[in-house]
Amino acid sequence: MSEMNQAMIEKYRSNFLQEVEANVEEGHWVKMCMQCGVCSGSCPMENNWDHPPQELFMMIRANKRDEVLSSSSMWMCTSCYNCIARCPRGLPITHIMHGLASYGKRMGLAPKEQPTVKFGDIFWKSIVENGRVNELKIGVGLYFMNGFVQGIKNALAGKELGLAMMKTKRMNPMEYFGGHKCKDRSGIAKMLAKAAEFEAEHVAKFGK
Amino acid sequence: MAKKEYSFYPGCSSQSKASADNFMRSANAMCDALDIQLNEIDDWNCCGASIGYAGGSEIPRLSLSARNIALSKQQQGDKDIVAPCAACWIATREAEDRVNENAHVREGINAALGEIGLKVEPNQMPKTRHMVEVLMEDIGIDAIAKGVTNPLEGVKIAGYVGCQTNRPFGIAGESFENPQYLDQMIEACGAEALNRYEKKVSCCSGALMFSEPQKGQALVKDIIEAAYDGGADMIVTPCQLCQMNVESYQRDINKTFKTKFEMPVVYYSQLIALAYGKSASEAALDGQIIRAKKLEEKAK
Ligand code: SF4
Ligand code: SF4
Repeated sequence: MSEMNQAMIEKYRSNFLQEVEANVEEGHWVKMCMQCGVCSGSCPMENNWDHPPQELFMMIRANKRDEVLSSSSMWMCTSCYNCIARCPRGLPITHIMHGLASYGKRMGLAPKEQPTVKFGDIFWKSIVENGRVNELKIGVGLYFMNGFVQGIKNALAGKELGLAMMKTKRMNPMEYFGGHKCKDRSGIAKMLAKAAEFEAEHVAKFGK
Repeated sequence: MAKKEYSFYPGCSSQSKASADNFMRSANAMCDALDIQLNEIDDWNCCGASIGYAGGSEIPRLSLSARNIALSKQQQGDKDIVAPCAACWIATREAEDRVNENAHVREGINAALGEIGLKVEPNQMPKTRHMVEVLMEDIGIDAIAKGVTNPLEGVKIAGYVGCQTNRPFGIAGESFENPQYLDQMIEACGAEALNRYEKKVSCCSGALMFSEPQKGQALVKDIIEAAYDGGADMIVTPCQLCQMNVESYQRDINKTFKTKFEMPVVYYSQLIALAYGKSASEAALDGQIIRAKKLEEKAK
């Protein structure tokens, strides 16, 4: 990915805004931001951000490419859509946040030890393999994402909840060995591979 | 009432013995009571949920929803798709919007769908609606109230709408800041709705509860506290992720914040099922981690 990152830096020289417009989901909206700050003030994660949305949009215009794409801020978005509901300019802020996160990852700049980055991979893997999410495997994967010892600690700490979920028939231990799946898993895998290929080609060659 | 039929997209959490198993069981009882028939889309897949962006980028993620739309169209024509999960509903509607509006995305999605012999065409996709829209728009709150045979009198309930059932699309005619439909459902069932529930539309942290549990629990603490402040016996929600997040971490929250929470969190479908005379087990009250004792007493 760093090769692609280098190619992008050369292609867009010092114009990160253009790069965002071309390559980031809903990125063409960024220039519409008038810096009013409503989104930042409406965000439930406001105390946990390095850079709330308004600030990220300003940084994009100020060409702070690496700072934006390697930020953990976008990965803090809960997808509550409060910002979208309130933005006076109608920016699809939630989608831009997701888009920036995803693009940062594509460029190999997303923070490596960020828990939501890791969780997102576990979740997506479940979809690609089964067509549906396997809640139990995702839960177990989450417990263990920071290594085996921490995983055992986490699993023990979460044991009571797990037992309660089983008792109320909201978790099935057998899910770990199979569980809910789509029938056409190979078709879904083919479809997703094609979608990814289409997208990668367009990012590399032309932008959108 | 004549039977109403829909194409149905249950979503991952509503599968048997998944985290919202209790939702689905009670929704079946509710639909039986209200004469609604849900025809499941054969071989539907995950919508990607709100966290799908983290592993899958725009076109792969939207292709997932496009596949569901295309399957529904193939199997059930133009029948409305009903999703009971806010994340599924939003993801599917967003895919529909993006296919209608963005030629580049449409091209990518159709290239992907072409691999499995499917296709979506702009402005020719079936509509995707939330289960709550079906209740409020197709059945209507007055009709729901009229059929109640077992009013849930004396139960005081905080209607927690949360985020995604409310934003960005919401239910037509409702405000983002103070939507009324959930309170109306509570009252239609004969229970009492808290009239000022401070945290009605605040965020439970969604999928970040898994990756950022401390931050998530801090948000949920305020949601529960506000329900206690208003004197609620329980919380009701239309959202599977809200239900899970608000109900099941109370033990951890009590440890962290030295609180003594024991607040039941139920679904609207459970209230309606009970109010229509369904049993406690049909309404899946045995699926509560924190038992809703006041409802158990009311159950027929
Ligand atoms: S609310 Fe909209 S216009 Fe205001 S700062 Fe945020 S994105 Fe910009
Ligand atoms: S959708 Fe994301 S960025 Fe917007 S207010 Fe919610 S958490 Fe903040």
